[in-house]
Amino acid sequence: MSEKEMADDLVTDEQNSQIIRKTLVKKLIAFIQLYALYIIIFGELGPGGGFQGGVILGSSIIIYILIFGLEEGRKRISQKASDLFSSTGALIYGGVGLLAILFGGHFLQYSALPLGEPAVANHYGIMAVEIGIGITVAATMIILFCEMIGRD
Amino acid sequence: MMEFILAKYNYWIYVIIMMIGFYAVIAKSNLIKKIIGLSVFQTSVFLLFISIGKVDGGTVPIYQGTEAVYINPLPHVLILTAIVVGVSVTAVAFALVVNIYREYGTIEENAILEMIKHDD
Amino acid sequence: MTEHLPVLVIIIPLVLALIAPVAGRLNRIYSWAIALLATLFSFVGSVLLLHQVMYSGTISYWMGGWEPPWGIEYVIDYFSGFVLVIVSFLAVAVTIFARKSVADEIDEKKIPAFYGVYLLFIVGLMGMIVTGDIFNLYVFLEISSLTGYALVAMGKRRKAPLAGFRYLVIGTVGATFILLGIGYLYIATGTLNMADLGARLPGLFNSKLVITAFAFFAIGFSIKIALFPLHTWLPDAYTYAPSAVSALMASTGTKVGAYSFIRIIFTVFGVQVFLNQWVSVPYFFLIIASVAMLVGSILAIAQTNIKKMLAYSSVSQIGYIILGVALMNPIGLQGGLLHIFNHALMKCALFMSVGCIAYKTGITNIADLKGLGFKKPYSMVAFTAGALSMIGIPLTVGFVSKWYLAMGSLENGMWYLIPVIVISSVLMLVYFWRVIDNIFFKAGDAVKMPATPASMLIPTVVVAALCLVFGTLAFIPVNITGKAVLLLFG
Repeated sequence: MSEKEMADDLVTDEQNSQIIRKTLVKKLIAFIQLYALYIIIFGELGPGGGFQGGVILGSSIIIYILIFGLEEGRKRISQKASDLFSSTGALIYGGVGLLAILFGGHFLQYSALPLGEPAVANHYGIMAVEIGIGITVAATMIILFCEMIGRD
Repeated sequence: MMEFILAKYNYWIYVIIMMIGFYAVIAKSNLIKKIIGLSVFQTSVFLLFISIGKVDGGTVPIYQGTEAVYINPLPHVLILTAIVVGVSVTAVAFALVVNIYREYGTIEENAILEMIKHDD
Repeated sequence: MTEHLPVLVIIIPLVLALIAPVAGRLNRIYSWAIALLATLFSFVGSVLLLHQVMYSGTISYWMGGWEPPWGIEYVIDYFSGFVLVIVSFLAVAVTIFARKSVADEIDEKKIPAFYGVYLLFIVGLMGMIVTGDIFNLYVFLEISSLTGYALVAMGKRRKAPLAGFRYLVIGTVGATFILLGIGYLYIATGTLNMADLGARLPGLFNSKLVITAFAFFAIGFSIKIALFPLHTWLPDAYTYAPSAVSALMASTGTKVGAYSFIRIIFTVFGVQVFLNQWVSVPYFFLIIASVAMLVGSILAIAQTNIKKMLAYSSVSQIGYIILGVALMNPIGLQGGLLHIFNHALMKCALFMSVGCIAYKTGITNIADLKGLGFKKPYSMVAFTAGALSMIGIPLTVGFVSKWYLAMGSLENGMWYLIPVIVISSVLMLVYFWRVIDNIFFKAGDAVKMPATPASMLIPTVVVAALCLVFGTLAFIPVNITGKAVLLLFG
C-alpha cells in the first residue's frame, strides 16, 4: 500500500476504536441504569438499597462523560440540574419524615402515613426514602466527578 | 498458643490491615498515598464490625416464614452508614488535595513544607 | 407540635441547609437569610426545650415511634439542654457576624455553598448534643467534622487547604477510633442506646473488651477536643480558617466534643467504675490536663499571629475542662461544665473582635495592632472584656468557673492543682497584656482603618457583654449546671 493509504488506515482505526467504545457505552447505559433502579427498589429484600443503587446510577452518567467528554456530558445533565437533584433527594427524605409528623406520628414513623395498613405504609415509606437517597447519591457522584476533572 | 492465633485468624488479619493503613498515613509523604492509607485504615474497622454479626448456622436475615436462625443484620446497617461516611471523607480529602496542588504545584508533603518555611 | 421539638430543632435547619445553596443561585443574600432563619429557629427551639426540661424533667423522643433500646431516642436533660442553648445562641451571633465578614473573605460564587456547609456544621453539632444513641452520635460527629474540614479549607490564606487536609487526616483517625470503641461496646452488650449501655455495663468492667473500648474512646475524643499531646491540628486550623468559621469552630466545636466525652464517661460508663476499679484513669487525665493548661499558655506567649495565640490559648482552656471532669466530684464537674459555657462565650467574643480587625485589612500580626484602641474602640473593648474573662478577673465569667475548679480540687485534697490554675492564669495575663499594651498604649501608624459594619460589631459587643453579665448574674448558669451535675452523678 502507498503511504497515503497506510495513513488513512491509521486514522480510520482510531475512529473505529472510538466508534466501538461509543456504541458500546450508548447501548450499555440503559442496562446499567435499569440495574441501578432494581437495586434501589429491591433493597429491602436483598442486598442493595439507596446508597448502592445511587452509586451505580451515578456511574452510568460518569461512564458517559468519560467516553464522550465533559461538554457532551454537560449537555445531557447541566450543572444546575445536578445541584438541584442533590438537594431534592435529601429533601424527599426530610419531607417524608415531616409528613409523618403532620399525620400524627413521630418523625419518620412511616406507619402513621395514610397508605393502608401500618405494614404497607412502612413498606411505601421506606421505598420513598430509598428513592430519595438514590437520587441524591447519584447527583453527588456526578458533581464530584465533574469537579475533579473539570479543572486543571 | 497456636490455637489462640489460629482460632482468631480473622482478627489478626484486621489488625494487620489496620496497621498497614496507619503506617501509610504516617510515613508516606505523598498526599494521595496518605488518603489511600486512611481508606485502608477505615476498611479494617468495617471488616471487624461485619464479622461480629455472624451467628453459627445462621441464614440471610430476611423473614423466611418459618422458625430459622438469622445472622445479626444490625452491624451490616451500621457499616453501610460508616462506608458512606468513609466515601465522603475520601471525596473531601481529594477536593482538598486538588486545591493544594493548585496552590503549591506539588503534592509531596516534604516539598510543601519546604515552600512554607519561606512563607511566614 | 411542641412535643416534636427535639427533632424539629435538628431537621428544620437540615432541610434549610439543603435549600440554601439552591436559593443562593437566585440572589446571594437569600442563602444568608436562610442561614439566619435556621439558626434563629434552633435558638428559640432550644430555649423552649430547656424551659420544658426545667419544669417537667428529662424529655425523651422516640424516632420513628420505635421504643428504645430498639430505636434511636433523643434525650434532652439539663446538661444537653444547657449546651444546646449555648451552641444555638453562638450560632445566631456568628451568623449575624458572618454576613459582611464572609462576603469580604470568600469568593462571591462560593458563598451559597458556604452557607449550606455552614448550616450542616451547626446541624451536626446540635445532633451530637441531642442524641441518646451512641452510633447516631458517631454519624453526627462525622457530619460536623467533614463540614468543619471543608469550612477550614475555604480560608483566604495560601496555607488554608493544607491546614484543612491535616485536620482531616488527624480527625478521621480519631473518629475511626471512636467507631472502634462503639463496636467493642456493641460486642460486649448488644445494645447501642446510651442509657441501656449504662445499665448493662456494670459487672463487665473486668473484661479487656470494655477496658479497650474506653481506651479507644479516650484517644478518639482527645483528638476531637485537642487535648494536649493530640492537639497539633488545632493551631493551623483555627488560624487559616475564615474569621466567622474560626469564631464558630473555636467556641462550639471542641465544646460539643467535650460534651460527648462527658456523656460517655458519666452516662455510658458511669462514675462508680472510675472511683472504684479504674482508679488510675482520672489521675492520668489530671496530669494530662495540668500539662495542657501550662503548655498551652506557654506556647501562646511565643506567637506573633493573634489567631494562633488564641488557638494555643484554646488548648490550655480545654485542659481546664478536662481537669473539672477528671476530678470526679460534683463541684469539680460543675466547674468543668461552667467552663464549657464560659469558654464558648469568651472565645467567640475574642475571635469575633479579631475578625472585626481583619475585615478588609487582613491584619493578624500582633505587631500590626499598635494603636488600634482608638481607631476601633468597640471591638477593642470587646477584646479586652474577653481577655479579662479568660484571665479570671472577679465579676467576669472566667472567675466563676476557676473558683469552682479550685473548690473541686480542694474537695479531693489536691491543693497542688490550685497553683497550676493560678500559674496558668498568670501566663494568660502575660500574653493578653502584650496584645492590650499594643492596642491601647502604643501609637500606631496613621493608616486609615475601614469602618466596621454594624452587623459585625453588634454580635461582638453583645457576646462580650454577656461575659460580664453572666459573671455578675452567675447564679443562672450555676443553678442549671448544679442540676445537670446531679443527673450525671446518678
